Amino acid sequence: MSDMSPAVLLTNTGVPMKAQLRRIERVSQLKSLALILPLLLFLIVTFMLPIAAMLRQSVSNPEVVRVMPATLQALKHWNGKTMPDEATSRALLSDLTRAGGDGYALAAAGKRLNMEIAGYRSLVMKTVRHLPEERAAPSARAALLTVDDRWGDPAYWHAIARNASPTTPFYLLASLDHNVNDQGEVVHSEPDRAIYLDVFARTFGMSLVVTLVCVLLGFPVAYLLATLPTRKSNLLMILVLLPFWTSVLVRVAAWIVLLQSGGLINSALIGLGLTREPLELVFNRTGVYISMVHILLPFMILPIYSVMRGISPSYMRAAISLGSHPILSFWRVYFPQTVAGLAAGGLLVFILSIGYYITPALLGGPKDQMVSYFVAFYTNTTVNWGMATSLGTLLLLATLILYAVYNRLIGANRLQLG
Amino acid sequence: MTFNAPKWLALSCLIPLAAHAATDLTLISFGGSNKDAQVKAYYGPFQKTSGVHLVTGEYNGEMAKIKAMVEAGNIGWDVVEVETPELIRGCDEGLFEKLDWSQIGNKKDFVPAAVSQCGAGIFVWSTALTYNAAKLKGTPTGWKDFWDLKKFPGKRGLRKGAKYTLEFALLADGVKPADVYKVLATKAGVDRAFKKLDQIKPAIQWWDAGAQPAQFLASGDVVMSSAYNGRIALAQKDGNKNLKIVWGGSIYDVDSWAIVKGSPKKAEALKYIAFASKPQYQKIYSENIAYGPTNVKALPLLSKAVQADLPTAAANIKNAMALNVQFWVDNGEELEQRFNAWAAK
Amino acid sequence: MQSFVTLPERIWYYTFRVICALVLLFLVLPILVIVPLSFNSSEFLLYPLTGFSLRWYQDFFHSPEWMNSLKNSAIVAPSATVVATLLGTMAAVGLTRARFRGKALLMGVLISPMVVPVVILGVASYLFFAPLGLTSGYGLLIMTHAALGVPFVIITVSATLQGFNTNLLRAASSLGSTPLHAFFRITLPLIAPGVVSGALFAFGTSFDEVVVTLFLAGPEQTTLPRQMFSGIRENISPTIAAVATILIAISVCMLLALEFLRGRAEKLRSSLPGA
Repeated sequence: MSDMSPAVLLTNTGVPMKAQLRRIERVSQLKSLALILPLLLFLIVTFMLPIAAMLRQSVSNPEVVRVMPATLQALKHWNGKTMPDEATSRALLSDLTRAGGDGYALAAAGKRLNMEIAGYRSLVMKTVRHLPEERAAPSARAALLTVDDRWGDPAYWHAIARNASPTTPFYLLASLDHNVNDQGEVVHSEPDRAIYLDVFARTFGMSLVVTLVCVLLGFPVAYLLATLPTRKSNLLMILVLLPFWTSVLVRVAAWIVLLQSGGLINSALIGLGLTREPLELVFNRTGVYISMVHILLPFMILPIYSVMRGISPSYMRAAISLGSHPILSFWRVYFPQTVAGLAAGGLLVFILSIGYYITPALLGGPKDQMVSYFVAFYTNTTVNWGMATSLGTLLLLATLILYAVYNRLIGANRLQLG
Repeated sequence: MTFNAPKWLALSCLIPLAAHAATDLTLISFGGSNKDAQVKAYYGPFQKTSGVHLVTGEYNGEMAKIKAMVEAGNIGWDVVEVETPELIRGCDEGLFEKLDWSQIGNKKDFVPAAVSQCGAGIFVWSTALTYNAAKLKGTPTGWKDFWDLKKFPGKRGLRKGAKYTLEFALLADGVKPADVYKVLATKAGVDRAFKKLDQIKPAIQWWDAGAQPAQFLASGDVVMSSAYNGRIALAQKDGNKNLKIVWGGSIYDVDSWAIVKGSPKKAEALKYIAFASKPQYQKIYSENIAYGPTNVKALPLLSKAVQADLPTAAANIKNAMALNVQFWVDNGEELEQRFNAWAAK
Repeated sequence: MQSFVTLPERIWYYTFRVICALVLLFLVLPILVIVPLSFNSSEFLLYPLTGFSLRWYQDFFHSPEWMNSLKNSAIVAPSATVVATLLGTMAAVGLTRARFRGKALLMGVLISPMVVPVVILGVASYLFFAPLGLTSGYGLLIMTHAALGVPFVIITVSATLQGFNTNLLRAASSLGSTPLHAFFRITLPLIAPGVVSGALFAFGTSFDEVVVTLFLAGPEQTTLPRQMFSGIRENISPTIAAVATILIAISVCMLLALEFLRGRAEKLRSSLPGA
């Protein structure tokens, strides 16, 4: 072939072959990208934009800025130690008068300030209600103090001053049990509000327990399935796949029926004389663990099983025939080859666990709720979207870090689905 | 909003799919037997006489959905059943329409708590101490006994939330009904209530839905529970004769109809509220669940037996207290969050 | 049968089998327990059974709430499946053919809806779309369910494409077939098992989805799992057991369909030249 190298290969239309090939390749690449694009756009709209907006919401703080612009401007020159001067008080009164017409914005600002100091909401509402009567007061300061002497306390003015910016770390800090005090320092929250570090620790702790139990229960079953003849293992595999395909709510309902105080398990235990009083198995941590392990176990068994299927039994045989003890050769020769499957299953189960909501909500008590519950609680019950989104942001961060590790170690496309 | 451009992109992709029926009146209430009674007393007769088709749904009193609807100006719900603190707060915040009472009826015909700017009362209900007599030795007479785990061993049921729970804790701690809200208005008072709750915390099984306490009591999972009186009365009717209500120390409140701000069916909604405020239909409601009518003219239509079970009966209301609505409007969010933090520990 | 060398080995062999049997029993126990209760005449979900009755199924089929939720699920799940399958299959074909830097990352992004906690997706789309007034109606629910189902389609279709011999397409093209024609006549039949199982997964995801539905669906769009969720919260009645039994029957059908497809895919692949 060496004699052909200097000549340029041409196609029948006279274009160099290399260029033509590259062009074809490029067109095919573009076509491939065009196939991916619709999904990418779809996920951007339905998935990524909402999540980006959630991240933004977690630091968004428009309420006070919107209602009290003049007050905030005046507070810039405040010494921070005593009740602000007459001009600031007048600014507040004029801000409130203007806002009185927009009940919605006023209520939002009151709600926001109430998070800084309890009772602030009613202070704002009360002040707005009494505004007309105070027109005759000699000064704005006097007017405010007549309505409520809390206005004389600098803490209430600090609360306004802290919200001078339309973005705030308030919610993210609160999600980590911290807040900013009147001196502008980041300090630990009061004990009756500081629960989120505990909740995060609980979330990770519970997920770890679930993952470990899944490893302990899943490994032997995967080994059995991998070493049985195909026909038998396919049959047993159905026992793993059937629960996997059964609705989570069906399984939750079934566990409540099984575990409740008059349920099958308790009647069996009492019937066998193992216990006299029914055990508390549900609406507590035990119930959450049992059902979470039940739901996530197939996610553990399947990856381990698929790795084990690829392990040739001859290594073990060789080790044993060379005189190694069966247990030792299992541990030294077989087990290391399964680590990839264990890592895949373990990470997947852990990632899925930390986002669990339904199972703890239906089978647990208040002390068994994980981060997701608080996200839902703040969204629906107290309509505190700042807290909901910042807890969500932190949970998302944890998930994405773990997912990146998973991608790096295992590869997202290698997820096993039965 | 800096996300405008993407939002418009999202909007243009999804708008064709968001069309929804505009001809029905959507009515959201608390579910369970309360809704069953409403179906019999109000929904059925109203659909028959007015020809308006009702779409009904259930919720747990969360304001989030209503707030989102009003913010978006896309109102999917027309009439909602709300508890009073939410009604007042929502009225302040502009979530509900102001009602034209001249179209509903004569204000004088209603119990005072049922008449407000944005709401028309549906019924008077009570949260009371209830117990399973078969599982207890002796008869509990009030919240002090509820806290007495030695004299009355067994688990306790309480509604998962600060409202009612804190009041009951203070009553158990010896605070007089008239002083409960005075005490609760101070930080020390709230601390005192939580401290009292700490005493029985391990024995509490929390409930969310109104149907749960009767189930917990009947199955023996708890021996005493706070409960809505109507649910217990229904359970008694269903054969659970051992379930009893202690009226002393119970707290009563009114549930109201409100129209979501900007509802396109405001006229029909008002027509429905006026219909449901008539004594002849409130009578059917009270016969199906033991909650008191808000229209006082409905009372004489009820039999003595039905009247005796209502929270408004003279013997029942004597030692009961009314929920302090203004207190919960002012402090609700803060206390609910603190309660949630406390319960999660 | 194996021959055992020592007693401890024999003991270990049987202990191991018993452990595995117990774990497998644990996995199927809830399903075995709830089905008989749905045919029980008593209104308490307790054993022993008191008598055979179909009244709970009657309850289910005569309840407007349950029927409405069944109808909604029958609208939402298939629609979400179609959207997810279409977009996911296209993307999987594109991803297999394309070569560019960051492909692994893109794959990771497209599959991420599977691992992001559903509560986060629920809250995020609720807060994002509610101000736009899009939370009434089926549209948003279908789209979000489709987004949750897409990763499964990508994974299953990519897996079948990995055994796909691209020379077949070259051959078709050299014989004068258009790419589209070649796709429908060659690629699609070969990857069909992957597409269908992906679709089944997407269907299962939407049909079982409750968290996003909690946030995004109004009372008119309540789905079957959403109705079950409030049912379990309020009062676990035998009607729930009846619904559960119907859902289990559906899952058994899906599982069998999937097993059948897997068998077909293996047969197809092994019969192909160069596979």
